[in-house]
Amino acid sequence: MGMLTFEKKYRVRGGTLVGGDLFDFWIGPFYVGFFGVTTVFFAFLGTALILWGASQGPTWNVWQINIAPPDLSYGLRMAPLLQGGLWQLITVCAIGAFASWALREVEICRKLGMGYHVPFAFSIAIFAYVTLNVIRPVLMGAWGHGFPYGIFAHLDWVSNVGYQYLHFHYNPAHMLAITFFFTTTLALSMHGGLVLSATNPPKGEVVKTPDHEDTYFRDLIGYSVGTLGIHRLGLFLALAAVLFSALCIVISGPFWSRGWPEWWSWWLNMPIWH
Amino acid sequence: MADYQNLFTAVQVTGPLHHGIEQKNALSPRTGEPWLWHLAGRLGNAQIGPFYLGGLGIMSVMFGTFAFVTIGFNMLASVQWDPVQFVRQLLWLSLDPPAPGNGLGLAPLNQGGWWQIAGTSLTISILLWWANVYRRARALGLGTHVAWAFAAAIWLFLVLGLFRPVLMGTWGESVPFGIFSHLDWTAAFSLRYGNLFYNPFHALSIAFLYGSVLLFAMHGGTILAVGRYGGEREIEQIIDRGTATERAALFWRWTMGFNATMESIHRWAWWFAVLCPLTGGIGILLTGTVVDNWYLWAVKHGVAPPYPQVWGPIVDPATLQGAKP
Repeated sequence: MGMLTFEKKYRVRGGTLVGGDLFDFWIGPFYVGFFGVTTVFFAFLGTALILWGASQGPTWNVWQINIAPPDLSYGLRMAPLLQGGLWQLITVCAIGAFASWALREVEICRKLGMGYHVPFAFSIAIFAYVTLNVIRPVLMGAWGHGFPYGIFAHLDWVSNVGYQYLHFHYNPAHMLAITFFFTTTLALSMHGGLVLSATNPPKGEVVKTPDHEDTYFRDLIGYSVGTLGIHRLGLFLALAAVLFSALCIVISGPFWSRGWPEWWSWWLNMPIWH
Repeated sequence: MADYQNLFTAVQVTGPLHHGIEQKNALSPRTGEPWLWHLAGRLGNAQIGPFYLGGLGIMSVMFGTFAFVTIGFNMLASVQWDPVQFVRQLLWLSLDPPAPGNGLGLAPLNQGGWWQIAGTSLTISILLWWANVYRRARALGLGTHVAWAFAAAIWLFLVLGLFRPVLMGTWGESVPFGIFSHLDWTAAFSLRYGNLFYNPFHALSIAFLYGSVLLFAMHGGTILAVGRYGGEREIEQIIDRGTATERAALFWRWTMGFNATMESIHRWAWWFAVLCPLTGGIGILLTGTVVDNWYLWAVKHGVAPPYPQVWGPIVDPATLQGAKP
């Protein structure tokens, strides 16, 4: 059955968004639900399309398999399967699978009487993906502006698109996004480390309390955000990293088509300097 | 219908302020009378202070301030001490390391010497702060996990500014102090060594960076979502599992078939965050010392495809009739 000792009493009916009791059951540890079925449908179809695309490509080398979007000349039309049509179908499947997964999380939250923070956070990540492969290509007028599905292929895309704007590090939204990424990782290391240090004290010491945790960070930097606050802060930092990432790419092309270092000349040319 | 979703503290309870746990073998007392800041209390604790500076902290702040001021005055000097131009060009200004040809010796002050002084001072400041982070944990009877996570970040810092320059035989390899200049350094470094995206340790480092952000979103979201069951009382929940932990665990078990425990999620968090600079530092250290071009490295190991031959075969002129040997 794969049930945890305390699990049985939590496995109750209800909380579904659609379908009533139709798929309201578990398989092993997994909850199914209507959106579990749609997740599996989209995930299997998308994966099968990727595998079929790979079989039509030049290599089975997992690093080099590449399902590329259509050529720019197709604009926003459908392309033949092997000329980017597969990429278009896989994108639809990916969005379907991600959205289904998020809605399935909502159902699980409802079953467990939990807040919706996790599916909300996940929807921000989905939004970033949609920004990259739907919103920005639509704004630019061609699906060919999306990134390809391949391990090194997508890295090449990041590299090439970055250099199209001469030096992407000068993109102000990219700067903020990276700062939030680094800050989130810093905060995560401090939170993880703090909880572990309180529950794993030196030999012979008793387990410590949140008062010890607060004292530790007040001693170090004069402020401790607290046990509840750190989770709000962490979630905020993580979501800000993702949102600014989406922003930094959607402004590149649709709203700024020159080199990013050039963008900063407004600052150098402000009238206050004279 | 409209549930409170635990985003901000709606009602702040104020009680007596906490002056901190009693220290073991205290060398000096804590500084400052704690006070309450309402806005901070909307997000987390409202209490600001007190803090503990101590000998290590004072020395660390002194060395750090000296480094900061050294960098600032060098930037100011580079615009002929014009304060307006200093502000205007601040993002472009830079204190650069000695030029690549100058090896590992001491450089004249205005040719990288100030960079060496600022870098040394900053390094001392950071190491002293590490000792402070370690000693504070011991003074409160805590484990030293935060200090060792900090050490992972220091590893990356030292690789960039000390270990790799020494292995390459010149300070010119290290990073300048400046906003845009360190970004330029990063881009130039990647280009010089054949695109860092092909460096597997760079890939690992990014995976752990993104993984850390993913983990904090998952963990932060989960704890807030079980806030109504007291989920943020993590230490208590680790020692004596309550319904908050059970629901949090089952959420992930039902979602993805696997769950951490209230303690192990913090081990996941610590390792993901620590491995980010740890693997990143390895990637930087290997660049230029062991591997000269990551793209060619990737082609050699069958990871990246070679460039397609688009111009047809080129005939070596030396093989043509009439060519002189």
